[in-house]
Amino acid sequence: MPNPTPAKREPLFHIVKRDALPLWKSILVRVVAILLALLVSAIVVVFVTDLNPLDVYKSMFDGAFGTSRKIWSTLQNTAILLCISLAVTPAFKMRFWNIGAEGQVMVGCLGTAACMILIGDKVPSPVLMLIMVVVSIACGTLWGVLPAIFKAYWNTNETLFTLMMNYVAIQLVSFFCTVWENPKGSATIGMINMSSKAGWFPSLFGQKYLLNILIVLVLTVGMYIYLKYNKHGYEIAVVGESQNTARYVGMNVKKIIIRTMALSGAICGVAGLLLVAGTDHTLTTSSAGGMGFTAIMVSWLAKFNPLLMILTSFLIVFLERGAGEIATDFRLNESIADILTGIILFFIIGCEFFVNYQIVFTKKRKEAAADA
Amino acid sequence: MLETLALVIQRAVVQGIPLLYGSTGEIITEKSGNLNLGIPGIMYVGGISGVIGAFFYERSTENPSSVLLVLIPLLASLLGSGLMALIYSFLTITLRANQNVTGLTLTIFGTGFGNFFGGSMAQLFGEGGSIALTKTSLAFQTSLPFAEKLGAVGTIFFSYGFLAYLAIIIALVASYVLKKTRVGLQLRAVGENPATADAAGINVTRYKYAATIIGGAIAGLGGLYFVMDYTSGVWTNGGFGDRGWLAIALVIFALWKPNVSILGSILFGGLYVIYLFIPNLARSTQELFKMLPYVVTIIVLIVVSMRKKREYQPPEHLGLSYFREER
Amino acid sequence: MSETPALELRHISKRFGSVIANHDVSMSVRKGEILSVLGENGSGKTTLMNMIAGIYYPDDGQILINGSEVVIRSPKDAYEHKIGMIHQHFKLVEVFTATENIVLGLRDKGRIDLKKAAENIREISGKYGFDIDPDKKIYQMSVSEKQTVEIIKVLYRGADILILDEPTAVLTPQETQKLFAVLRRMRDDGKAIIIITHKLHEVLSLSDRVSVLRKGEHIATVVTAETSESALTEMMVGKKISLNINRSEPKNLTERLMVKNINCSSREGVKLLDNVSFTARSGEILGIAGIAGSGQRELLESIAGLQHLDSGEILYLDPKTGKEENLRDKTPLQIREMGVRLSFVPEDRLGMGLVGNMDIADNMMLRSYRRGKSIFLEKKQPRTLAEEIIKQLEVVTPGVSTPVRRLSGGNVQKVLVGREIASSPSVLMAAYPVRGLDINSSYLIYKLLNEQKENGVAVIFVGEDLDVLLELCDRIMVIGSGKITGIVDARGATKEEIGLLMTKTEGGEMYA
Repeated sequence: MPNPTPAKREPLFHIVKRDALPLWKSILVRVVAILLALLVSAIVVVFVTDLNPLDVYKSMFDGAFGTSRKIWSTLQNTAILLCISLAVTPAFKMRFWNIGAEGQVMVGCLGTAACMILIGDKVPSPVLMLIMVVVSIACGTLWGVLPAIFKAYWNTNETLFTLMMNYVAIQLVSFFCTVWENPKGSATIGMINMSSKAGWFPSLFGQKYLLNILIVLVLTVGMYIYLKYNKHGYEIAVVGESQNTARYVGMNVKKIIIRTMALSGAICGVAGLLLVAGTDHTLTTSSAGGMGFTAIMVSWLAKFNPLLMILTSFLIVFLERGAGEIATDFRLNESIADILTGIILFFIIGCEFFVNYQIVFTKKRKEAAADA
Repeated sequence: MLETLALVIQRAVVQGIPLLYGSTGEIITEKSGNLNLGIPGIMYVGGISGVIGAFFYERSTENPSSVLLVLIPLLASLLGSGLMALIYSFLTITLRANQNVTGLTLTIFGTGFGNFFGGSMAQLFGEGGSIALTKTSLAFQTSLPFAEKLGAVGTIFFSYGFLAYLAIIIALVASYVLKKTRVGLQLRAVGENPATADAAGINVTRYKYAATIIGGAIAGLGGLYFVMDYTSGVWTNGGFGDRGWLAIALVIFALWKPNVSILGSILFGGLYVIYLFIPNLARSTQELFKMLPYVVTIIVLIVVSMRKKREYQPPEHLGLSYFREER
Repeated sequence: MSETPALELRHISKRFGSVIANHDVSMSVRKGEILSVLGENGSGKTTLMNMIAGIYYPDDGQILINGSEVVIRSPKDAYEHKIGMIHQHFKLVEVFTATENIVLGLRDKGRIDLKKAAENIREISGKYGFDIDPDKKIYQMSVSEKQTVEIIKVLYRGADILILDEPTAVLTPQETQKLFAVLRRMRDDGKAIIIITHKLHEVLSLSDRVSVLRKGEHIATVVTAETSESALTEMMVGKKISLNINRSEPKNLTERLMVKNINCSSREGVKLLDNVSFTARSGEILGIAGIAGSGQRELLESIAGLQHLDSGEILYLDPKTGKEENLRDKTPLQIREMGVRLSFVPEDRLGMGLVGNMDIADNMMLRSYRRGKSIFLEKKQPRTLAEEIIKQLEVVTPGVSTPVRRLSGGNVQKVLVGREIASSPSVLMAAYPVRGLDINSSYLIYKLLNEQKENGVAVIFVGEDLDVLLELCDRIMVIGSGKITGIVDARGATKEEIGLLMTKTEGGEMYA
């Protein structure tokens, strides 16, 4: 039997990891995925509304850019989402699944609100601002560092830990909302310092959101530089790729995990500050509004690149605001936005497979093996 | 006093049942190595699918039969949540997508799906107002006739609709299957060490799909129970709240054991409502009480990881996708 | 014994790409016989056995079972032909009991009866003298118990032909004796047993016949009783082949690294390093020879600050100040901060020495990124260094920004060695630096090591090819089961001499 018969049960095709797809091809795959997603979304919307899909898209566009107020609002939402996405990114690069951004933002909000309520009228404005910054960052950091310490020393599952911390934070906020309720019995806080505006971010050039946007832009560039050019950023990348290598060159892996999560939490704290002092001027249990979770998608879609995150966070906010507009225009429930976001994310998540893997049909297999 | 205690327990059970469904489903899923963070979304879909089924059936006939009133929403719910789990399975198992990202997306999608149809279905189909499925709900709420005659005992044990008992039965069956049967053994092997399972001739992909879809369908029933029994057939947007996440917390609390999860769900349910029964509690303090299930879960998570007892750890391969050629 | 062999291989060949793993190998094993397959690392023993067990499929040749030809495509096929293999890396679910692991994947009908299975396991254990608790969890077991579970797993599936891949590599001498007793009982029960090993005394004390493989070819099969240790060694290592490596005479020998009585053990309590002492001198290459897994990795890692020691000292003599520094239990970072210029080319190049997904320039920074007070990375210097290494060592790569994962094995190694040399070390340790490399790359590595030696570096070279060790090194230290079994002058030593030292281990039955 000089030539063994090829195995009969050989599968028709098999899947191998791709080396690298040329940039244009990988972009093409993703563009096709988004187009398909838009097609499916259109079908869904037409199915539930009987509307012309073009009207739907036009309506979406109006929702995001229809008026200058809407444009500013879109930019503001993008900024906050981007800020939270920046926060989770260093942790993800380190392969630390921080899905507790929601809670870290909430305690940041809580810290800010506490300063505004408790000492808002007692200290001069610049001092108040400074205290708010410090307190919100400290709160976020605490919420981020706690799971990190347990991860570093006892390998406690960080996904589950950070997830639980979200709800502890939300209930904590809920508690204080009742403690500080205004008016009595409402269990809500209402606008904080409505008359004195103590602790409110000032308007820049007449735009109340401009300061938020500028802060986040600075953070974005800062995070990009931190991850790419700073020594810490390098350590994060090495720990994420291989803890063995990190130890081999003498990195203190525990310290890096804790430090990185402190940073992650701190930036979430900043996001909380921007939400309460720069946007809402109030505190509710939905101040973070699920953005802590959405931020994970934003960061992941951008491959943890802060500059690309400007695009991906914008895409998500555009979808949400656009879908919200559809809802109002056609008197639908605004949850349609979540459905559409979900569909588009499914396609983008799925298409990564075609970027990372290739399907080799059995005939070609021998050659592939010879190359390897 | 006894009556109050019975009432506390009864309230705790009622609160606990959706969590029990969710956690049983998630345990089965996680045993295959899939961390499905889409469970909260799946539970929304399980609820709304049942509502849709019931809505159309109630509209279609004047005299609905009570069997169909139960069966149609039940099947619709299983189908809806099973399909959701199928999406998750396809993305994470076949396309090897990241489990966390896929799960969270599923939750966004599922919550949106539930709230969209819940909020606008009546309007879409030309009936104003919100949906109230009285007839269906009555069928789901039917409890054993002698419950009321038995006083406290009746309240504690016999005052629930059939879905409550089904939840406990499913949890017990799941517990038995996981612990005692060949299928359970092989499923656990897949979640612990897929390469070893693969080498032993177990079809890893098939097990992961099956466990995730069955788990999803079971979790969906939690949503169905909530809307049909707990809220008496009235859908309120966002009414289900964070119960989906609480179900995931319960998985950790129960150390991946469905039978422990039965008691755990009642305890969590109790913690969730205990503030109602403590006299003179400030409204603000009530909110702190609602934090308890999560705090308890975190403590369990920490203690378990510190003690490092292997039986209490999450399945070894949880959250990772399996690719045979990657060694 | 003229009966048909239980298993016969005829003219088996297997290639992986351009590498020939097995060429025209024929051998057989009878019922009630223990056959040893002897050979150095890389002689093709495991590949050959994997073809019997259904992991690989032979390119050429036939496999016969009880005289009739069979086709084995998967481990399941192998089981159907009653062949079972115990691999070096156990395939067990850690949180399961022994019984659960043993029945895993079996397709019996109906409900699983673990009690009955446990009874069957006890029966098998009683029959062959295994010492195992079927209800014990794997993670609570010692390595030897895990191995027992693997053996029972195979027997439970009714195997009559058992293949064990270096079963004693992970065992203590006592456990080895136990295993051998069990294997002898199985032989007496009529099983055919193949054991892969490179420990000569085991071959002599256990097996009935020995088949020797060298460089993928079958050299000879002899009856154990009619052979001797030296005859087997000669068959195993072969005649000396001249490689013509340029070796300069060592100059200015000064003591640089003194290792004194170091001991370390695994988590299971098995001794990994047993009272190891030696001195590495600047200006020479100290070779370390030994069967793979004899403690070489632990030795290098304990010097590099990656392995915790139970006892002993590692003293470094600073060439500038002449001061002595103790490196024991220092972290790699502390060692570096003490001014010790220690470079280490680990065995696991992409899992430890380099980051696969980073490009060449970023990998250059691994060692140097902390340099300077700035909080930012100095990117220019590593880039220049990367370009230099690519040019000087002729690394084949599309560019400096190609992830190293995508380079071929030889080029990955050039990058790693290039980086470690670039930090102008005073001690350079290299573990299997030419493994898997083509001839040209190998010679380049030899040349680099020689240059380092001439520059006054103390070079420690862990190798597996004795011809290379003999021609490259100045002294060769031989390590066996964590113990130093001898240090010889590479210029005067013979392959046989080193081969004997390599296979010499503690235990009464040694003669050497």
